[in-house]
Amino acid sequence: MTLLSRASPQTLRLLALGLALLATILFFATQIEGYLSPRMFNRISTSAAVVLPLAVGQAIVIMTRNIDLSVGSIMGVVAYMAGQTLSAMPHLHPVLTVLLCMAIGAGFGALNGIIIAFGRVPSIIVTLGTLALFRSFLVEWSDAKTITTASLPQWLVDLPSANAFSIGDLDVRVTVVLALAACLVTGLALTFYRPARRFYAVGSNPDAAVIAGINARRVVLSAFIISGAFAGLSGFLFLAKFGNITVVAGLGFELKAIAAVVVGGVSIMGGSGSMIGVLMGALLVDTIDNSLTRWAVVSEFWRDALLGGLIMAAVTLDTLASRQLTRLRKGGQQ
Amino acid sequence: MTRFLTPWETGLLAVFLCTLALNASFAPEFLTVQNQINLFQLSIEKIIVALIMTLVIINAEIDLSVASIMGLSAALFGYLVNAGTPGGLAILICLAAGLIAGLVNAILIARVGIPSLVVTLAMLIGFRGLARVLVTDNSLGDFPQWFTDLGQKGILGPITLAILLFFVLLVLLGMTLHRSSFGRQVIVIGTNAEVARFSGLNVARVKTILFLLSALVSALCGLLYAARLGSVRGDTAFGFELDIITMVLLGGVSIFGGKGSMVGVLLSILIILNLRNGMGLMNITGHMQTGVIGILLIASVLLPNLLSDFRARKRKDA
Repeated sequence: MTLLSRASPQTLRLLALGLALLATILFFATQIEGYLSPRMFNRISTSAAVVLPLAVGQAIVIMTRNIDLSVGSIMGVVAYMAGQTLSAMPHLHPVLTVLLCMAIGAGFGALNGIIIAFGRVPSIIVTLGTLALFRSFLVEWSDAKTITTASLPQWLVDLPSANAFSIGDLDVRVTVVLALAACLVTGLALTFYRPARRFYAVGSNPDAAVIAGINARRVVLSAFIISGAFAGLSGFLFLAKFGNITVVAGLGFELKAIAAVVVGGVSIMGGSGSMIGVLMGALLVDTIDNSLTRWAVVSEFWRDALLGGLIMAAVTLDTLASRQLTRLRKGGQQ
Repeated sequence: MTRFLTPWETGLLAVFLCTLALNASFAPEFLTVQNQINLFQLSIEKIIVALIMTLVIINAEIDLSVASIMGLSAALFGYLVNAGTPGGLAILICLAAGLIAGLVNAILIARVGIPSLVVTLAMLIGFRGLARVLVTDNSLGDFPQWFTDLGQKGILGPITLAILLFFVLLVLLGMTLHRSSFGRQVIVIGTNAEVARFSGLNVARVKTILFLLSALVSALCGLLYAARLGSVRGDTAFGFELDIITMVLLGGVSIFGGKGSMVGVLLSILIILNLRNGMGLMNITGHMQTGVIGILLIASVLLPNLLSDFRARKRKDA
């Protein structure tokens, strides 16, 4: 018990999240036949891999007290453009392709960031607008044509089933490694790289950050550029996973990303959150999502209703818990 | 306010007259009574919700769940009627469901104290999810004749129930906002909730009333939409919040609360209706129209900011 009371609230939150994830998996294991199988691991891990980069970028934006609703649209545009580029230039190097995707995404993110940071327009307004705008751009750009697997180079078609390594029976796909790497690098940067700490500073107290000599506008701008770049990476993974890209690619993914971030314990009021939380949040959301489709008891149409409920529960618990904590601390001082 | 129109509203009026003139010169049938009725009818549910959204945003809150509540109430109606419930009873149940949805929002926002942006974003997903549960992949129709008639046929000459409702609510909510003590409370809380609380205003009560009203009006508009279309699906009214919020912000209502008028919102509604109608006449696709609305939304906040920057710089120079 002493160990629990000594742990920081952040650690406790991660612990609770881990338990929730474990409980979810155990629950579905009793409900669905053959649930704890390598196939199910593959299904969930590859599906979570598409959302994870999106959630990582979103987490950085939310840490700065902003929100990016346009990531689903950016992801769709990038997936489409990458598919187009690859059908025109099938010999483009895979690494260059990934970088190109992230660069296109970063461009869209920069547009968001400039309007938000330098035009002083709230992020919710700007990204609600660009959510629609980028999607209309995709509709115009695509000219009602679809990207199909047939037009993609072989390496990309093979990518989703390519194995990076195996742990026992469990195969870990290359796409999963790619997403995990994005999460890990960001996590390390946020912990050890000094400039990255500014995201926390700006989010926890913008005024204090400015007084401390931090260029808050530039920090917010870079948060949106990073979010766009990661949305580009998710776009690439989306293209690899599905192969067929229509104008609705990535529709609604911003909500999944926000769900993962918020459930993962990143405070919506800015200034706190960790990548390990985001990873667990993304896993939890995708585990529930993928398991519900195979659970006979409730129809799969419950997915969105449960997702909304899950976000709300996470946020409510978080608000109540942190208020309790503040009260306890105040009590201790008196 | 001493002046009848603020500078922003004067600008809106000019833009409105321009779109009107352009539309009229493009298509001679534009100015007919029937086209004007159609113009309102095509977006009537959104513009009704925009009226109550005006009060919510002036109160420095936002309700992103309106479109999902519209969808939920429409889906619930379809579900109930197809399960054999009499239409009148189904309407009452749908409105009650709307109130419950609003109550959930209100409790989490006004009592628990979670930002409305977060609450209503989660409910945008959640309520839409419930609508999908109710109608699954189907399209539910077979509504009573009187119900679809209410949505499609005029009750005062060519004027439909929804249009009548819009103007009644416009006057009612306009008077509430600008001429009643409740309206003053909405504005004061929107300007500075802390000060309002210390001045003895019941902030939680005002916010609760607003979110209840917002959900109730949304549920009603979901029913009107179902009546007009004659059928409902899981994605009925999907994404309407974008248009609705754009209408309000373009009308000069500040996203930070405390500022805005019903006159401005009315003008911006007229502009957007005419723009959509005009773009339709010019064969611009629905997707492009949505893109234009997105640009308008950003510009409606960006332009005043840039203008005030410009003015501040000029003052510095002088």
